[in-house]
Amino acid sequence: MSSTAVTEGHHNDAGESEPGFYGTSWQKLMMWWFIIGDAILFGTFLGAYGYARLSAHAWPDPSKVFSMNFITVMTFTLITSSATMATAVAASRAKNNRMAAHFTMLTAVGGLAFLGMQVVEWHHMIVEHGARLAVGPQIEGVPNVPMFSAFFFTITGFHGSHVASGVVILFITAINAYRGKSGPEGVELSGLYWHFVDLVWVFVFGTYYLL
Amino acid sequence: MAITHKQGSDAAHGHDDHGHGVGDAHDHGPTGFISKYIFSFDHKVIGIQYLLLAIGMSFIGVGLSFWFRTQLAWPGHDVMTPEQYVSFVTMHGTIMIFFVVSAALSSGLGNLAIPLQIGARDMAFPLLNMLSFWTILPAALIMIASFFVEGGASGGGWTVYPPLSALRNTLPGAKWGTTLWLLAMALFIVSFTMGGLNYTATILNLRARGMSLMRMPLTIWCWLIATLLGLLGFPALTAAAIMLLLDRHGGTSFFLPSGLIVSGEPMANVGGTPLLFQHLFWFLGHPEVYVLVLPAIGVAFDVIATFARRPPQAYRYSVYSLLVIALLGMVVWGHHMFVSGMNPYLGKYFSISTLLITAPFAILGVNLVGSLWKARIRFTTPMLFALGLVSAVGTGGIGGLFLATSTADLHFHDTYFVVGHFHLMIGVVTLTGTFAGIYYWFPKMFGRMMNETLGKIHFWTTIIGTFAVFTIQHFQGLGGLTRRYYEYSAQVMMPAASLNPMVTMFAFLAGAGQLVFFVNFFWSALRGPKAGENPWDATTLEWTTPSPPGHGNWPGALPVVTGDPYGYATGPDGNGFRMQNAKD
Repeated sequence: MSSTAVTEGHHNDAGESEPGFYGTSWQKLMMWWFIIGDAILFGTFLGAYGYARLSAHAWPDPSKVFSMNFITVMTFTLITSSATMATAVAASRAKNNRMAAHFTMLTAVGGLAFLGMQVVEWHHMIVEHGARLAVGPQIEGVPNVPMFSAFFFTITGFHGSHVASGVVILFITAINAYRGKSGPEGVELSGLYWHFVDLVWVFVFGTYYLL
Repeated sequence: MAITHKQGSDAAHGHDDHGHGVGDAHDHGPTGFISKYIFSFDHKVIGIQYLLLAIGMSFIGVGLSFWFRTQLAWPGHDVMTPEQYVSFVTMHGTIMIFFVVSAALSSGLGNLAIPLQIGARDMAFPLLNMLSFWTILPAALIMIASFFVEGGASGGGWTVYPPLSALRNTLPGAKWGTTLWLLAMALFIVSFTMGGLNYTATILNLRARGMSLMRMPLTIWCWLIATLLGLLGFPALTAAAIMLLLDRHGGTSFFLPSGLIVSGEPMANVGGTPLLFQHLFWFLGHPEVYVLVLPAIGVAFDVIATFARRPPQAYRYSVYSLLVIALLGMVVWGHHMFVSGMNPYLGKYFSISTLLITAPFAILGVNLVGSLWKARIRFTTPMLFALGLVSAVGTGGIGGLFLATSTADLHFHDTYFVVGHFHLMIGVVTLTGTFAGIYYWFPKMFGRMMNETLGKIHFWTTIIGTFAVFTIQHFQGLGGLTRRYYEYSAQVMMPAASLNPMVTMFAFLAGAGQLVFFVNFFWSALRGPKAGENPWDATTLEWTTPSPPGHGNWPGALPVVTGDPYGYATGPDGNGFRMQNAKD
């Protein structure tokens, strides 16, 4: 278990246990269960949003509140970071630790860029549209729906916090990979989390901005 | 990927008396008091820590119930205010469910028994396991602290339904108590998630060689399935709790409808719905019932097999039933909401799917009872508790049939029928299971046996007391006695309410029995007779290592499983038993 997270205490030695569940390591198994749980968390938020939106008398047209071009760039940035992450995992598998570290770092930078754009986006909502957590965006010709802001800040805020924690994890992974302490398994675990965070954004983008 | 040590332990087995990985600094375990007993990584110590937490919290949880049972039995003596009454009912439910039953059964006994039963040296991620305990502890402290803030503890019921919980001016306890309640629950969920990830990873990946999934003891199956249900259910409650916190402190209206008037003042909230919270809450809340009940049933399977001296009936069908219960358990939450105003067609669906769960549950029940068929039963204390569990599953389950029927539920909803039903299921079933487990695995905790005489006194007071309380409550509910009332004055409820003093006295009897357990537990831990490796003649892996097992669980190499977990009734005369790792 030289590749991944810190584990202390007592461990089974090689060959002492049955082979892992479908050949998966316990680390990856844990990550998958965490991801499934987290997916239900976001699913709950999005489901609640759907419930509220369908039962609302009026709902602002997202394209009149947000700059769709800007959101597209945001989305593109995040999806690109998934591609660099995949490259990092491939490099790590090919035992090229330096390249793995570089691409993991590049992924983290992509995440930071996304977060920066999200700050701009929130600034736009708060300062220009006068939206608050419990106050809808004040735009002429657009219905003022407080719930629109409530879900916007909650869901994007929650996703943003996931991106931020992902960036921290990626930086640590990059440093570890550079030092040769994080092998393919470790890079892949961080990658799994990162791809998940990206996938959540695709759903947020699809349901909150496009619909 | 195989789990190997950095140092490459393969070369080392020959001359190391522990036989597992030389060069591993943890071979002989931590030596300092703090690393050994306080911030321990060892699953056995963590399990005992959880049990002690549960015992401590049970004094508060049960004490609260005695307090409000006194009020119910002899009203008019000012033993508490109505506001305190709702707070105490709320906190009794919360503490008992999450900090007593869940902490003792899922976390306490689970931590203790899982690695031992599957033949692992520890949990997959011991650090996370330790953090799990050190997260539930502050959660418990915050929960207790909420009694002492302005307005007192949360009074919205353990279900914290909005709008009562979403506005801070509805009840005294809603001012700060509910906020602390939500924070404590958030920490509890974090703790459960850390523990649950560990359980699933450990069970699926660290089983001893030879232990295929279908060779796992049924306890392990139950813990696995219960944990998976919890991991799938809790995120919904997390999201709901976050939205509720925002409603309370951020001014949002996720769960608050338009046109709400509180204490004569119109509220500014628009667009939300309390029904959404009910859905999210019960999406966890119902699976949570199985999270609590299934491990208890699992313990009963193991204990009954050991003391009936024969394998559980139809192991395979029990496993399939558990899987079906898990699947159905995720999609029936709406039966808690029949009177909430949801679409009647949806109610019908929830009604039918709930009734369907009876089928796999009946299979489990039949298998539990069938395991006793023609058995030479040894009536030890753990066995008595396991049999008590079987009885409670049956009795409690019958009430469930009535409640699952949406039309009948119109009458039963929010009466003492519901209170009696769910206390039998998540109170009596879980606690008899927990006690069966504690008496059974006590040698693996402290290397000693518990006192059988005190154990039997404990059993009979518990079973008579609780059955009397909760069966009478069924009849009170049939008689129309509504729950959560501080005092009854309506003429129509008086016949049912007149039974309250009797219920309360039986509750005191059950409570007195727990004091016997308390004395027995601590006295036996220090002074009980020493236990051998396998005092019960059981066959699963935890009985192949010394009592208590040392750090790393097995002094030599890990056991290699060669057969089914329940090798009872073997040999020419059918009186023998075969250990799961026997080399025959």
